[in-house]
Amino acid sequence: MSEKTIGSVLIAGGGIAAIQAALDLADSGYYVYMVEKSPSIGGVMAQLDKTFPTNDCSMCIMSPKLVEVGRHINIELVTLAEIRDIKGQAGNFEVEVFQKARYVDMDKCIGCGACMEKCPKKVDDEYNMGLAKRKAIYVPYPQAVPLKYAIDAPNCIKITKDKCGNCEKVCPADAINYKDTDKTISLNVGSVILSTGFSAYNPSGKDFLNYDRSKDVVTSLEFERLLSASGPFQGHVVRLSDKEHPHKIAWLQCVGSRDVNTCKNGHCSSVCCMYAIKQAIIAKEHDPELETKIFYMDMRTHGKGFEDCYNQAKETYGVKFQRCRVHTVYGNPDGPGQVLEYIDENNQRVTEVYDIVVLSVGMEINDEVRANAAKMGIELTEGGFVKTSTFKPVSTSRDGVYVCGAFQGPKDIPQSVVEAGAAALNAGAGLVAARNTLTRTVEKVKEDDVRGERPRIGVFVCHCGTNIAGVIDVEAVRDYASDLPYVEYVNNNMYACSQDTQDGMVKVIKEKGLNRIVVAACSPRTHDPLFQETLINAGLNKYLFEMVNIRNHGSWVHKDQPAEATLKAKEQVRMAVAKVALFEPLSEATLEIDQNVLVIGGGISGMAAAKALSTQGYHVTLVERDKVLGGQARNLYVTGKGESIEEGLADMVNSVAVDDKIDVLLESSLKNVEGFVGNFVSTIETKGSEQEIRHGVAIIATGAEEYKPVEYLYGSSDKVVTGQELDGLMKGHDAKVENAETAVFIQCVGSREPGRTYCSRICCTHTMVSALHLKEKKPDMDVFVLYRDIRTYGEKEALYKKAREKGVIFVRYSLDAKPLVKEAEGKLLVTVNDPIIQRPLELAADLLVLASAVKPYKDERLAQFFKVPLNDDGFFVEAHVKLAPSDFATDGVFLAGLAHYPKPIDESIAQAQAAAARATGLLARKTINTSGQVAYVNQELCSGCSVCVAVCPYNSPGMILDGPRAGKAEINPVLCKGCGACVSSCRSGALNLKGFEEGQILAMIDAA
Amino acid sequence: MQEFEPKIITFLCNWCTYGAADLAGVSRFQYPANMRIIRLPCSGRVSPKMVLSAFRNGADGVWISGCHPGDCHYITGNYYARRKFTLLKEMLEHTGLEPGRIQFSWISSAEGVKFADVARTVISEVKALGPAKGMAKEFIMSQEVA
Repeated sequence: MSEKTIGSVLIAGGGIAAIQAALDLADSGYYVYMVEKSPSIGGVMAQLDKTFPTNDCSMCIMSPKLVEVGRHINIELVTLAEIRDIKGQAGNFEVEVFQKARYVDMDKCIGCGACMEKCPKKVDDEYNMGLAKRKAIYVPYPQAVPLKYAIDAPNCIKITKDKCGNCEKVCPADAINYKDTDKTISLNVGSVILSTGFSAYNPSGKDFLNYDRSKDVVTSLEFERLLSASGPFQGHVVRLSDKEHPHKIAWLQCVGSRDVNTCKNGHCSSVCCMYAIKQAIIAKEHDPELETKIFYMDMRTHGKGFEDCYNQAKETYGVKFQRCRVHTVYGNPDGPGQVLEYIDENNQRVTEVYDIVVLSVGMEINDEVRANAAKMGIELTEGGFVKTSTFKPVSTSRDGVYVCGAFQGPKDIPQSVVEAGAAALNAGAGLVAARNTLTRTVEKVKEDDVRGERPRIGVFVCHCGTNIAGVIDVEAVRDYASDLPYVEYVNNNMYACSQDTQDGMVKVIKEKGLNRIVVAACSPRTHDPLFQETLINAGLNKYLFEMVNIRNHGSWVHKDQPAEATLKAKEQVRMAVAKVALFEPLSEATLEIDQNVLVIGGGISGMAAAKALSTQGYHVTLVERDKVLGGQARNLYVTGKGESIEEGLADMVNSVAVDDKIDVLLESSLKNVEGFVGNFVSTIETKGSEQEIRHGVAIIATGAEEYKPVEYLYGSSDKVVTGQELDGLMKGHDAKVENAETAVFIQCVGSREPGRTYCSRICCTHTMVSALHLKEKKPDMDVFVLYRDIRTYGEKEALYKKAREKGVIFVRYSLDAKPLVKEAEGKLLVTVNDPIIQRPLELAADLLVLASAVKPYKDERLAQFFKVPLNDDGFFVEAHVKLAPSDFATDGVFLAGLAHYPKPIDESIAQAQAAAARATGLLARKTINTSGQVAYVNQELCSGCSVCVAVCPYNSPGMILDGPRAGKAEINPVLCKGCGACVSSCRSGALNLKGFEEGQILAMIDAA
Repeated sequence: MQEFEPKIITFLCNWCTYGAADLAGVSRFQYPANMRIIRLPCSGRVSPKMVLSAFRNGADGVWISGCHPGDCHYITGNYYARRKFTLLKEMLEHTGLEPGRIQFSWISSAEGVKFADVARTVISEVKALGPAKGMAKEFIMSQEVA
C-alpha cells in the first residue's frame, strides 16, 4: 500500500456494470473517472430492446441511470479513451489513458445536431449493428450521455480529403475542431475497476452457418435491433433480404460458446438461452402466427424467474424447443429462406426452411484486451476472463485493481450490477483514509418560493422517438395543452429523458418563470425522480410536477386507434394540468441516519456484508439463529475452483470474531422491528433475554437450506444421500464413499418440477465438483450423472468438460420419465431411460447422491417486520430484477445471498458486498429526507372519532391527549407512508394527503 | 350514428395495477382507449366521494384496481378499499346505478396480460350498459329545465 492514498477511482468501461460502480462510489465519497472507449456510455444494454425475464424496456430502465451519471458532480466521463497501463500501487496508481481525438469541443457542443443534418457522408451505424446508416459526425444513439457529437475521422471527408467542412460551417457553437489530436493523459487514482465488458462472438467465416452469404442469417444482437422500436425497422421484424414479413424464425444456441472445435470458446456464455427465449416471446407477441424454434444443447435458465419464463415460452406462447446442434445452414435453392439440417432426437435427419435464422452468439474477450491485461499484470483465465477467487470474487491478481461485469466471466445484467456494487465497495474500502478528499459538493440551487403565485404551467410532450409519435399526434397534444388554463409554455421533444432536453427544461423554467410542470411521456414509476431532479436544478420544489403516461398507457396499447389515443392523451394532459395547478410546494422532514447496521444471518453472505461495512468504519450487529457462524457453508467441501471451503470459512469467521466493530449475537432472533430507514429499533432475543438495537439500515442475509427429499428412497436407504451430505462424507473420508464402486447422481431433485418450479442454480456445478473428486480419488469408480439439462454456466462449463474427459457418464432423463430407484437384497438399483441407446439402463449403485434443491425459509415474519415482499417460492423480492438486485423497495433494507435466490459462494459474497455498498451510499449521506407526500389533519374539522388511528398500519395518526386540542387527531409525518387510507376513511373530511389532495383528485375527475 | 364509446374513470394504485398497466404497455398488449387513468398511492386512497363525483361528471363507469389482497404495499389499504366499495356499490344500486358500472380488480405489477384482459372486459361491460345518465350533472340539469 502506498503512503499517500488518493481518494479517486478509475473505472474502465461504460456499460451497466461500470455505471453502477461509478454511482455507488461517487455517492459514498470518492471521485470517479469513467474511461469509455466509444463516444458515449451505455454499453450493450443500451442496444437491447427488452430485458429478460420481465421484458422491461431496456433503454427505459437504463436512461435514468445514464442521466444520473451524466449529471453527477463526482463522475468525470473520459470518452473515446482506453487505459494503456497502470503504474504505481494500490492506493496511488498512475493510469495511462489514450484518448482519441473527438474533433468536437465537448465544452462548446450543445448537441443540436445541425452538423449531423448537413453531413453528406453516410456510414454503417454500429449502434444498429450495421443495419442502418449514420453520418460521419454523430452521437451513437439519441439518449447518449454525454450528448456531444463526435467525428468518425476515417470516414470524414474533411479530415481525410480536406473537402466538405459542412459541419464547421453550420455549427452555431463553433465547436468543430478538425485539428484535434489523439492524446495520452495520466490519471492519478487510488483504485482501478476493470469493467470493459465483452465482445460478441463474430460468426463470420463459419461456412456451415451461412452468415457471410445470407442477410437472413443474423446474430442475436442484430435481431435485437430488428425487434427494437428505435431500430432500423421501428420494431417490425423483417427478412432482411427482401424486407418481407417472416413466418418462421429459428434460433441456434451456443454459437461461439461451449465450442472448442470451430472456435476457442469452451465456456458457456450464460445469457444466450434466456435472451433467445426473450426474443422468441417478443417476436411471438408481435405476430402470434409466427413459428419459432430454439435449437439448443442444454436449456440454461438458471436465474431468478428464468425457469418460469422458459415454461411460459413453451406453454403460453408456443415457442418450440429442439435439442440438437444444427450442423448446416444453407440458402434455400427453391425460393427464399434458409435451410436447416439437423439430426433430431430419434436420430433422424430433418430438413426445415426458416425465413430468418438467429445465431445466439456468445461472449468473448478479444485478443487486444487480453494483451493489455497481461501488460498491466492482470492474470486471466484460459477463456480470457479475469482470474478471481471464490472468496474474493471481484479482486484481480493485482492489489487495488478490481473487476466487474462480463470481463470477470460471462454473465447477465443483474449479476453484473451485483459485482459492480462489490467492486465499488472493495475499491472504496482501500481508500477510506482519503474519503471525501477529492469529491465536490453540489451547490444547492436555491428554491424559489412560489406560494401564492398564480400558476404558470409548462407542458412538455415527448415523442419518445417513434414510440409515442408513431401513434399519437404529439404536436396536436402540445397545441391542445397550450390552450388549457394557466398553461404558459408548451413544447415537444424527441426524447424528454435525454440530458440535453433536461438541460433545456431547466433553462425554459427559469426564462419563462414556470412554477408547475407537466411532462407527458412515459411512466412516473421509472421517470419521476429524473424530472424531479430537473425541477430542483431549476429552483423549483420537486413536488410541483406531474407526469402523464401517454406511452405505456397510450401509444403502446392503442396502436390501431391513433385518433382515440390522441384524444386520450389530450384529456389526460388536461387532467394533469387541472391537478398540477392546485399543487403547493411540499417540504420534507430531514432525519439523521443512525450509523449502525443490523445484519440478519451469520452465513457467508451475512459475514461478508458485516465485514465489508466494518472495513468502511461502520458498527455492525450480526444476528445468527444458530450456535455458530457459517450457515450452509459449514456443510460444504471444496469450490469449483478447488479451494477448501472449510479454510475460507474459518478465515471469515475468524476475521468477524476479532473485529471489534462487529457484535455477533448467536442463538438470536428478531422479535420485533419498529421505525424506518435511518432509525430502526429492533428487538432481538438471545437465549431468553431481549435487547433493543438501534440501527440506520438492515441487511437481510438469512439464507436457505437444502431440501430434504422424500423421493428416491431417501431416508430409507443409507446409500442415498443429498449433495451436501456427500460433501460431509467426503470431508470425513467416509467408507461409504471410499469403498463405493459405482456412484449415481440424480439432478433436479425437488427443483424444476411442479411445486418448486425454479432451478436451484448450484446443483449442476456442485455435482461436477463432487463427481470429479470421486474420480480423482478412485479413477476406476463408475460415476453416472442423471440429469435434465446440465447448467454449468459461465466458465463452470470447464468442470463439465473435465468430468466427461475423466469418464463420468451423463444420462439425460425427462420430467415425465424420472429415474426409478429400488432396493433389493441390500442392493440399490437405479433405472433410467437412456435417450441415446433408447432403452432402459439399470445401474447398481453403492452410492446414490440426490442433487437436492435449495429451499428458502419463507420467513414471513421477517418480511412483515421490514415490510418487504416474498415471492411465491419464498425468496425475498428485490427492488428491481435487473438494476437493483440487492436493494428492497423498502428504503434502508438490503438483500444478499440465498435469501434472494440460490447462488454459489462467490456470487453470495459479491451480493453481500454489493448490499454493503448500497448501504454505505445511504449511510454516507448522514441524513435522509422523508417524503413530502404525507397526510395532515385539519383539526377544526376533526370530530375525534379516531378511525384514522385504527386504519393506519404505521401508527402515524394519534389522538392529542392534553391541551386545547385534546381529543383531536394529529399525524406524525415521519411515520406516514402516504397511502391515504386514513384520508378516504375520515368521516369529517378533516384529513388530507399532500400531493393527492381530495380537491386535486376531484379536479382531475372534473377535467376528465 | 357513431358507436357509443364510454368514458371510464380508472383509479389505479401506484404499486401494483399502475405497474401492470405499464407492463401491458411494454409488452404491447392492446386494449381500447376508453379509460382516463388517475394514479393514486393506494386503492385505499380512493374515497366514495371520488366515485360519486366521477358519475356526477358524466363518467359511464368507474374502475378501481389495486394490489392482490395480502400484497398491499401499505399492508392493508386494499382491504379497506374492498370493504368501502362493496358497500358503496350496493348503495348505488338503490339509486338505480347498474352494478356493472363500478368495477374492482386486483392486479399485481407482474400481470400485464391480466391488466389488458380486465381492461377489455370492463370496457365491454360498461359499453353494453350504454351511456350513464342517472347521476350525471348535465343530464339532471337538462331534465329540470325540460
